[in-house]
Amino acid sequence: MQTKTVNQKAWFLVLPVLVLVAFSAVIPLMTVVNYSIQDTFGGEFFSLEDKLMWFREMLESQRMWDALGRQLMFSGIILAIEVPLGVFVALNMPKSGFWASFCLVMMSLPLLIPWNVVGTIWQIFGRVDIGLLGNTLDALGIDYNYTQDTFDAWVTIIVMDVWHWTSLVALLAYAGLKSIPDAYYQAAEIDQASRWKVFRYIELPKMMGVLMIAILLRFMDSFMIYTEPFVVTGGGPGNATTLLSIDLVKMALGQFDLGPAAAFSIMYFLVILAISWVFYTVMTNLDKRGM
Amino acid sequence: MEWMAWTWPTAIFFVVIASLLVVFTILGIKFPETPRKGVLQIETTRGDRLFITLLGSAFINLAWLGLVGGHQPWALAVCLVYAAAVFRWV
Repeated sequence: MQTKTVNQKAWFLVLPVLVLVAFSAVIPLMTVVNYSIQDTFGGEFFSLEDKLMWFREMLESQRMWDALGRQLMFSGIILAIEVPLGVFVALNMPKSGFWASFCLVMMSLPLLIPWNVVGTIWQIFGRVDIGLLGNTLDALGIDYNYTQDTFDAWVTIIVMDVWHWTSLVALLAYAGLKSIPDAYYQAAEIDQASRWKVFRYIELPKMMGVLMIAILLRFMDSFMIYTEPFVVTGGGPGNATTLLSIDLVKMALGQFDLGPAAAFSIMYFLVILAISWVFYTVMTNLDKRGM
Repeated sequence: MEWMAWTWPTAIFFVVIASLLVVFTILGIKFPETPRKGVLQIETTRGDRLFITLLGSAFINLAWLGLVGGHQPWALAVCLVYAAAVFRWV
């Protein structure tokens, strides 16, 4: 009888990845932590008497709490619109044939456009002087100006995000719907279940897994969003659309306050880590219950 | 390493986390375990509980800094209690 020989040499094959990750993620993270406990001035480092000074400053900074509030509001609003809308679109898409393929291609198009291009499109689209949307609203007598009015600026960046990303939710929900065997629908028909009950007790539970992925992806992306609102509003009017990343870049590269910006980044990272962990845990637990 | 003014606190922070990971890896190899369900009603392994502990500790430290403001080492004591609770009940 042959016995298996234990050979652990394959672990060496992982080394290149370790080196790459160390170079691209671990060491940069260490520099961020390192910046957060020092003061920098023109390439010189000064050690702080109070090592936690920047963290203290950030926790007391109204500017950071405001940006966090705006960020949560932004992510909340776009999730509240994109998820139901995406599911609604998926439910009404043709299930097979030419129109199904046609819809899939049309839905994928916005997902292929780079962020700054989306921003530019909406920046011009919304202008009152030369943009179709801005000009039309103006002609209809609606006072719309995203560069000067907070509400208009918010509507613009939210509609832009919905336009750009609802397709993602719809495509994922569509994939979930397609995987439901016909037998479920036949059983529901025999029981004379209403359309709502079919949705509530068959389609929604079966879509739960992919919907969680969609929500996680949309949350993460919207929580880190930078380019699109920056191109459209530049964070304005005033600070009305200055989301977390925009504020962070202003602080780190605009003012070159590397210490406070590093402390800010670490807290930002912790919040994202915590929320992602919650999503991940919920998702894996749904899987285990067979959904 | 000349390009960065490395400091001891940074080094200690990462050395502690790295050694925790090493210790838990060795523990995992020496004493294999089955995941269990705790008060959160989710299955956790030792590694999961370490993650929950570390992430929670970060927030405890920030909350202490923001709400209490001084005597930061005491926040570590709270973290230890929290860690013990996580490993016992989660």
